[in-house]
Amino acid sequence: MDGYLGSYATLGITLLAGALVFVGAFSANRVLRPRRPSVSSGKFESYECGLDPVGGDWAQAQIRYYVYAYLYALFAVESVFLFPWAVIFDRPGFGGAAVVEMAIFVAVLALGLLYAWRKRVLRWA
Amino acid sequence: MTTDIAAETLKLPSLDYAALAPMLILFGVGCVGVLVEAIAPKKARFPVQLVLAVLGIAASLTAIVLAAGTEKVTAAGAVAVDGPGLFLQGSIAVLGLVALLLISERSLERGGAFVAQAAVTANSEADRDQATRGSGATEVYPLIIFSLGGMMLFAAANDLLTMFVALEVFSLPLYLLCAMARRRRLLSQEAALKYFLLGAFASAFFLFGIALVYGYAGRVDFAGIHAAVLDSPNDIALLYIGLAMVAIGLLFKAALAPFHVWTPDVYQGAPTPVTALMAACTKVAAFGGLLRVLYVAFERSQWDYRPVLGAIAVLTMLVGAVLAVTQTDIKRLLAYSSIANAGYVLVGVLAISKAGLASSLFYLVAYGFSVLAAFGIVTLVRDADGEATHLSRWAGLGRRSPLYATLFTFLLLAFAGIPLTSGFTAKFGVFAAAIEADQTWLVIAGVITSAIIAFPYLRVVVMMWLSEPGESTPAVSLPGALTAAAVTIGAAATLLLGIVPQPLLDMTENAAHFVR
Repeated sequence: MDGYLGSYATLGITLLAGALVFVGAFSANRVLRPRRPSVSSGKFESYECGLDPVGGDWAQAQIRYYVYAYLYALFAVESVFLFPWAVIFDRPGFGGAAVVEMAIFVAVLALGLLYAWRKRVLRWA
Repeated sequence: MTTDIAAETLKLPSLDYAALAPMLILFGVGCVGVLVEAIAPKKARFPVQLVLAVLGIAASLTAIVLAAGTEKVTAAGAVAVDGPGLFLQGSIAVLGLVALLLISERSLERGGAFVAQAAVTANSEADRDQATRGSGATEVYPLIIFSLGGMMLFAAANDLLTMFVALEVFSLPLYLLCAMARRRRLLSQEAALKYFLLGAFASAFFLFGIALVYGYAGRVDFAGIHAAVLDSPNDIALLYIGLAMVAIGLLFKAALAPFHVWTPDVYQGAPTPVTALMAACTKVAAFGGLLRVLYVAFERSQWDYRPVLGAIAVLTMLVGAVLAVTQTDIKRLLAYSSIANAGYVLVGVLAISKAGLASSLFYLVAYGFSVLAAFGIVTLVRDADGEATHLSRWAGLGRRSPLYATLFTFLLLAFAGIPLTSGFTAKFGVFAAAIEADQTWLVIAGVITSAIIAFPYLRVVVMMWLSEPGESTPAVSLPGALTAAAVTIGAAATLLLGIVPQPLLDMTENAAHFVR
């Protein structure tokens, strides 16, 4: 359990244990369950609350949800960098330069928002 | 209390703004481009964006020239400004400028080579409408400027993480640009999706390789890795696997076999000016990154990676040459030619010497100019449905348009490496460097594949000149000023670098020293 890769041994053992539990559970299931093979088609259809399955399984997501992803990426990245900056910017040695740098950073991200707004991406229609 | 400690030990990195200016200018111009896109009225956008982009690249080039001779590592070790870095940045700026001329051409087709809205469902009514009547997208300008800035950063990155960020910065705009072709929308979208998925895959390899190299060296900066290769106590397997994975990411971008499969599809589907940009600038950037990683960070592992990369170079030259023979589409033919040429550059790179570095730099510039001119001519050969890229359509082109057929013949001969063209000087350089470094087997493979790949080139030449023009032979459009300028610059550079290569050779010789 030493050496550079030794710390991964725990992870390996956990994965192994997980695999064993999985295989054990399914094997026990197989041994204990009754065997009733059936040729009727109903047994192989996907279960939909007792109703007959309708339609295909290929669903398309609305393209406009990408706006959420876009805004999320914009503000998540911004806040990740704002937090450490907010903790230290008033300490000696950081001062004005740090404020200006963060202003530039936020302005570049705000540019993306401005572009999206001007292209009417933010309107839900 | 941890924050206090952080405040004491955390220092702002010192930035050498003069050395970083080429990249900062481009990123700034990119941001202004987005602003123009958001605010300027629709009619004014194209001229404003074009002027802005040209001025931005010119300013960036000026900053590079002013920084010439600098040798330093700045931005807390993240960026290295040195001879090869500046030379590569200069090449990217010049080639990017020529590609920008091709991209801005609007007289061949109404609205240029790009559609305004790439997301419109292909082959729908709205799509056919925008393909024939719609104005072109001017978003391509900020995208290209960001991409060029990323390429410059990639060639100058001095640690693996900066390199990864730069890789994404220049790749993401390219994925988008591929999808915007005005004609053959489905092919274009397919190309973009393929490029994106495979590129993301390669990026993941690159990132995982960085993690393993970090595990071995405890550092990600190249000087740190260089020191650790000799005396790290960690398992050497980490280094080998890490280097292999980092290399896969880089080989993918440089389109070397067996990581080349995306190239023909993407080169064919992308709008031709964007293909030209990728073949010229992306290749320069990708090899710039590869050179720095191999020469600066892993120089002491050269006995380990040289045979493997040598095999890849041979495989690349063979695959490029042999598959070029079977192509029936001119863009795919040029794509396979670009793969084979990447193999020749790799031969120069693997000399691991000053001569190897200098000859690779020369090759990249020489090839960049030729390929820009070649794709420029491809944009001119067109009929009512857009570009006629099928080779059979090129039969008899010499009768229809002797001037462009002559130019294209000349460029193909340059690709084949005939004397008095830049292709000969470039190939001679990399082969001489490889022989000097005792890599004769690479040179033998290089010469044999050169003979093979001359066949498809000559087949096109024969087809253009010795066949009678048929019903389906398209006319060659009269180029607008921009395309004419781009083709002229490319062909003139191909000729000049073949006849008087000495100035550029001296320049590469002087530049060929990495700072560590």
